Amino acid sequence: MYKYILKRILLMIPTIVGAAVIVFFLLRAIPGDVCELRMAGSGLYADPEAIKICQQNLGIDQPLYIQFFDFVWGFMTFDLGESMWTGKSITEEIGLRFELSLQVAIMATLTATVIAIPLGTISAIKQDTWVDYVVRIFSIAGIAMPSFWLGILIILGLLIATQKVTGTPWMPPIEYTPIWVDPFANLSQLVWPAMATGYRYSAVATRMTRSALLEVLREDYVRTARAKGLFEKLIINRHALKNAMLPVTTVIGLEFAFLMGGLVVTEQVFNLNGLGKLFVESVLNSDYTVTQSLVMLVAVVFILTNFVIDILYAWLDPRIRYA
Amino acid sequence: MAVSEITVEEVAAERNEPSHRRALRDWICRKPLGAAGAFVVLFFIFLAAVAELITVYDPVANSFESMHVPPGAAHWFGTDQFGRDILTRIIFGARTALLVGFLASVVGSTLGLVLGVTSAYFGGRFDLIFQRIMDVFMSFPLIIMALAVVSIFGTGIQNVILAITIPFIPRCARVVRSSALAVREIPYVDAARTLGFVHTRIILRHMVPNVMAPYLIMLTTFMGQAILLEASLSYLGLGVQEPTPAWGLMLQGGAEEYAESAPWIPIFPGLAITTAVFAFNLFGDALRDTLDPRLRSE
Amino acid sequence: MKAMRWKTVIALALIAVFAIFAAGSASAAPKKGGVLKFVVGSKIPSYDAHVETTFGMIHPIRPFYSLLIRVNPNNPSSPTDFVCDVCEGSIPTPTEESTKYTFKIRDNIWFHDGQKLTAADVKATYDKIISPPKGVVSARKAFYTMVESVTAPDKNTLVFKLKYPSGAFVPALASPFNFIYRKADLDKHGYTWHKKNVNGTGAFRFVQHKPGAFVEGKRYAKYHHKGKPYLDGFRAISAPKMSIRLQAIRGGRASIEFRGFPPKARDDLKKALGGKLKVQESDWNCNLMITPNSKRAPFNDARVRRALTLAVDRWGGSKYLSRIAIVKTVGGIVFPKHPFAATKAELQKIAGYWPDINKSRAEAKRLLKAAGVDLSKTYIFNNRGVDQPYRVVGTWLIDQWRKVGLKFKQEVKPSPAFYDSLRKKKDWHVSIDFNCQSVINPLVDVSKFLSNDVSGSQHAQYQDRTMDKLYDQMNREADPAKQREIMRKYEKRALDTMAHQFVTLWWYKINPHRSDVKGWKIAPSHYLNQSLDQVWLDQ
Repeated sequence: MYKYILKRILLMIPTIVGAAVIVFFLLRAIPGDVCELRMAGSGLYADPEAIKICQQNLGIDQPLYIQFFDFVWGFMTFDLGESMWTGKSITEEIGLRFELSLQVAIMATLTATVIAIPLGTISAIKQDTWVDYVVRIFSIAGIAMPSFWLGILIILGLLIATQKVTGTPWMPPIEYTPIWVDPFANLSQLVWPAMATGYRYSAVATRMTRSALLEVLREDYVRTARAKGLFEKLIINRHALKNAMLPVTTVIGLEFAFLMGGLVVTEQVFNLNGLGKLFVESVLNSDYTVTQSLVMLVAVVFILTNFVIDILYAWLDPRIRYA
Repeated sequence: MAVSEITVEEVAAERNEPSHRRALRDWICRKPLGAAGAFVVLFFIFLAAVAELITVYDPVANSFESMHVPPGAAHWFGTDQFGRDILTRIIFGARTALLVGFLASVVGSTLGLVLGVTSAYFGGRFDLIFQRIMDVFMSFPLIIMALAVVSIFGTGIQNVILAITIPFIPRCARVVRSSALAVREIPYVDAARTLGFVHTRIILRHMVPNVMAPYLIMLTTFMGQAILLEASLSYLGLGVQEPTPAWGLMLQGGAEEYAESAPWIPIFPGLAITTAVFAFNLFGDALRDTLDPRLRSE
Repeated sequence: MKAMRWKTVIALALIAVFAIFAAGSASAAPKKGGVLKFVVGSKIPSYDAHVETTFGMIHPIRPFYSLLIRVNPNNPSSPTDFVCDVCEGSIPTPTEESTKYTFKIRDNIWFHDGQKLTAADVKATYDKIISPPKGVVSARKAFYTMVESVTAPDKNTLVFKLKYPSGAFVPALASPFNFIYRKADLDKHGYTWHKKNVNGTGAFRFVQHKPGAFVEGKRYAKYHHKGKPYLDGFRAISAPKMSIRLQAIRGGRASIEFRGFPPKARDDLKKALGGKLKVQESDWNCNLMITPNSKRAPFNDARVRRALTLAVDRWGGSKYLSRIAIVKTVGGIVFPKHPFAATKAELQKIAGYWPDINKSRAEAKRLLKAAGVDLSKTYIFNNRGVDQPYRVVGTWLIDQWRKVGLKFKQEVKPSPAFYDSLRKKKDWHVSIDFNCQSVINPLVDVSKFLSNDVSGSQHAQYQDRTMDKLYDQMNREADPAKQREIMRKYEKRALDTMAHQFVTLWWYKINPHRSDVKGWKIAPSHYLNQSLDQVWLDQ
């Protein structure tokens, strides 16, 4: 087992290095840079000398390999540097948004789990009945609907409904308040995006629960339990569901990691100051340092999640270790 | 299950009916949802193919006399801020969506198929290195990868297709590879190898046909995803550009700004996206159930 | 000299008109208190206004600082009415053949850190702007080429010595980007300290800035304009999407937005909020330009470029496009409300402004045919990935050109990539370009039409020495009537005869806001009149 873990850790290194190389050169291949954006903003006269000084100050006139080593060295020493656009420290920039993204991710995961596990279970037990069809249609619709469109509809619905009922339109707050400062303001802002993403997410999890459970229900030990005359409920709860949980947890875990960095579009709709919005803004501003750090963060979280899942599987199923 | 299939074919043969037609009918009865999905997909393909024949308005020409017209007899789905008929733009938009969906998923999963099978076939160090490269690409979320590609190569339909295709490749390659690993162990592949066939021939003749199931499953999943990704990119302003009719583009800008007074502008294109992706997924699910024996319903 | 006198006359006339107007409307005395919430559509780069060019920095940071002179906050729509901010009295009349300006600096100004402001601080600020040390960026250095020296002979006196008389000098001083910094801060902390730190003399003190979320300011009790500011504080909330900004005003999450909304959005808000909404509108000192690539066939042919402008129905666009975009006013190369701007009759003689669009398009088609343009080809149109008004106008233009048979593909790029294409790559046939200035200063603003080696901001890549000569002549001319005449020639040559580059429509600024926001007057630029010291809430 230790040997397997060690091997897996060693295998993570080239992946992370590869990710660093790719993100670095992808960004440099995007035309234009942050200095031009800064100086040419009003369309009149952009002083070429000012642009040059700005580039020098940011170090983006240096040869690529030097910039690359700076980036790798900074990343290894946990010194992410400063944003090229705001000049603020990246740790601060990311930390500020992390809180919000984490909360939305947790809320969406809760929503998804609460919906997905009972629905998936019912759907599997009542396979090929109308219940199953309804659940499947509900969950496929969740995957098919762009969550940003759902977000637009939610905001629109709220504005129109509140105007009809109370006479004054109400929209969710556009500023983030931490939950310990004002839980009501916090929730009234974040519940809506959590719903919009949670629905899509629950759809994925429902499908996984259903198919995992179906597979387990066909296993020998469940047949044995049935043959022993155990109650169906007990079989599902005690035996089947427990064993089906592993792939379901995997999906939930991966989706969670994805949500942390992946609310790219939904955050735009709700004006959430999260990591996804920061990512889009920094790509559009050619803010190399922030984009690099964010992408590496997401990549590392992904790689680590995968690592944990692999170890978990290997631990549960000894055959994998020796494969 | 395998037994029942043989029976179906035998029965069909006995009745002298073409077996594939019989199988199709049988499939429709067993998978009504999947069949419905396939029907809707075919319907969208039909719309896209004959768009010019069934529409009366020009999908791109501005018409300032009819800005923001609500749905009615003249414009069933209303008009947008440039006075263009929304139904017409949805029908022409189907062309964009299907083009992106088919091209990105077919190219992406086929490249994935080739790479996955090759990697599994050669195994060893080649496989190890190859897997690490795939890991790297997999570690970026789809939308982030697509955003980067579009930022580099610029917007427009070809680049959007490229941006969506690239992240699909490793995802398909990984799934295909794990199936192919099992196929490699089957004796006839060994036999082929000892007979001295060239690698290409073994890969194409013996390995590829055996991993068609996961390949087709990935392919159909990707179609829906590609349409959604295209919509997301266009919504961020990095996808297909005006005046090309495209569903995601129709949800962006004015559609959102004027949503309260002209809700038909964002509602109908959103419905079109949802319906199309929904149909692709229904069909894909049914296909998965049919092709993947472990999930096949009894 | 004559130019100055002429401008003063206009200014005085405008002030008189305003005074009458103000006397009639100033019935309610400003109330104190309240926090103004407003939404900002762009991101804050650094806090150093000498370096930055975006309104995303001006709106939230400007209230922390003062300027030497500013646009009259009671009459911001006038292009020529400037008043003192940290200086005392009225704008000085130049002496020594209009080359020496002596400002009296107020004696009652303290920085937020408690230190007193002197003329030395203002001098240090202008030295940083006009002649920054090596390695320090100053974005608008080029506006002050006429300045020979800045001196502070004593604590309350500041002297600008010019190399030659220039009508462009005073408007340049009123630039909202010229925040007054403290000399000791520059000496002690260096020239980059102000990127991340705030120490000004403005009406509000900096409280906090959460990147991507908001900037908060609170009332500065020792502000030098007595009795102001009225507000207890302000909160500038970041909201990059226009739909969010609109809904924020509608749903009461913010009271105002200072950039501008299209008319359709105004009407929607009005319908929803009724009497709770007030709307202010103004012409806007910004325009989008059509820039043909004169080095690339077929646009190296003046006939083809003329066809481009002839195909665009500006009068029609002003009527219809203006409903969904923040553009409206038909104008030439000069800000339409400026005395130098062409009148309607003068405009209608220029190609692309003819009253009969059918005749204009027929001529366009004839020219395209005569030039042998391949109409089956699709040409590339470079545009910027900003919705209002860039993409909306772009989509409109493509449709206009389609009407004479020219096919364009729109390539929309994120801002840095767009600049890269526009300025360096030139991988387009026609591009959008824009000219968006703060203080109205036609003599500087029209430099965009000079030869590319002279202008530095002309991206159509033409060289036309006649244009350069006319421009010089105009700048050296003292008589405004004659200046205006030369401006007409310059305009005609650029837009019509040589068809170098074209103006589409001028922007039109519409600021719908909650009616309890009082004391804020719309200016012809979203950069101007943002010190917020006059604003109060009627609650």
